[in-house]
Amino acid sequence: MNKLCQSIRFVAPFLLAICCIACSNDKKLPFYGQREARITKAADGTEKVDTVYQTIPPFRLLNQDSIYITQDAFKNKIYVADFFFTSCSTICPTMHRNLKTIFDAYKNNPDVMFLSHTIDFKYDKPSVLKKYGQKLGVDGPKWQFVYGTKEEIYHIAEHDYLVAVQEDQSAKDGYIHQGWLVLVDKHKRMRGAYDGTKSDQVAQLQKDIAILLKEEN
Amino acid sequence: MRKIVLFLVMSTVIVTLIYSCQDAEQLEYQTYYSNGQTLYQTYCQNCHGEKGEGLGLLTPPLTDSLFLKNNRTVLACIIKNGATTPVTVHGKTYEEKMPAFPKLADIDIAQIIVYVTNSFGNKMGMYPYADINKDLKSCATR
Ligand code: HEC
Repeated sequence: MNKLCQSIRFVAPFLLAICCIACSNDKKLPFYGQREARITKAADGTEKVDTVYQTIPPFRLLNQDSIYITQDAFKNKIYVADFFFTSCSTICPTMHRNLKTIFDAYKNNPDVMFLSHTIDFKYDKPSVLKKYGQKLGVDGPKWQFVYGTKEEIYHIAEHDYLVAVQEDQSAKDGYIHQGWLVLVDKHKRMRGAYDGTKSDQVAQLQKDIAILLKEEN
Repeated sequence: MRKIVLFLVMSTVIVTLIYSCQDAEQLEYQTYYSNGQTLYQTYCQNCHGEKGEGLGLLTPPLTDSLFLKNNRTVLACIIKNGATTPVTVHGKTYEEKMPAFPKLADIDIAQIIVYVTNSFGNKMGMYPYADINKDLKSCATR
């Protein structure tokens, strides 16, 4: 009996440690947006309930090279999406300074991409976006900047990525919008939203990207 | 003997005066600097960065002491009226627009200038309130 106790005492810490490692490996990011239960029937007639999460629907938008891009550009990638405009003098510079640190951290990882939508449909034509990307220091296909009509972009922002955007003459630069950085997984599902103006939340985004990359490999 | 006492008293008074003067100056500088820091964080940091590092080629850094020294008298104008003509900072050319801050009071601008020109590796000392009127007057003619 004494012996058993002793061996339990000896093994317990290891068991605990294994538990902890297993748990932390299991860490999964939440799913954002709406969800619905779908009942599927297997071949043998038994019924199964699957949860279906909100996904980003297909899109077709002009990028900084004046080429139309679709979701094909993000096939099997995870990406961070946001809404901004080049002449924004308030939150955008902070958002993109912060996002650029993540861009630099994943520079050599082709599985991570970035997608910035301009909400300034009047001024931010592809050539303006191109210049902006070059000056920010992120020129290249890894960080896509896209332009669309007001209807297209504002619909995508509010219905697909759940980010509020608005034209507003009384605002400093003519628009108001939220500074969310939205993390999208390889199955087009939203897995996180981070305030791009807060460095602690951006640090969390960087950690969550690492978790998401592991989860899906 | 009386002379010596008188001398001692006088010199003490003078030294105390000098000291308290310095204290007042030092205090004013410190007030400007710390108010300037708060104003910088509110109005400038998004573009110019926490460490004055700038942002790519979109916004120039505020770490070029020589630029700041050479442009000391136009800093107030840059802040109040914004800037559109390209500038060369640390050998790189920047040509984006800096927005104007017409709502900032003169005292705010003076305090921001003290903070900027004494942070990020710059050490230019006090920018007295008396200078701002003069500097802002010459903006229009430029
Ligand atoms: C929207 C972004 C933005 C904001 C906000 C901003 N600046 Fe600037 N700043 C710029 C740009 C862009 C330039 C370059 C302008 C040019 O090329 O004429 C510049 C230039 C400058 C310069 C001269 C060049 C240099 O780097 O030394 C100073 C000084 C300066 N800004 C200080 C400030 C101060 C102080 C504030 C806050 C009151 C501020 N800026 C707010 C974008 C900004």
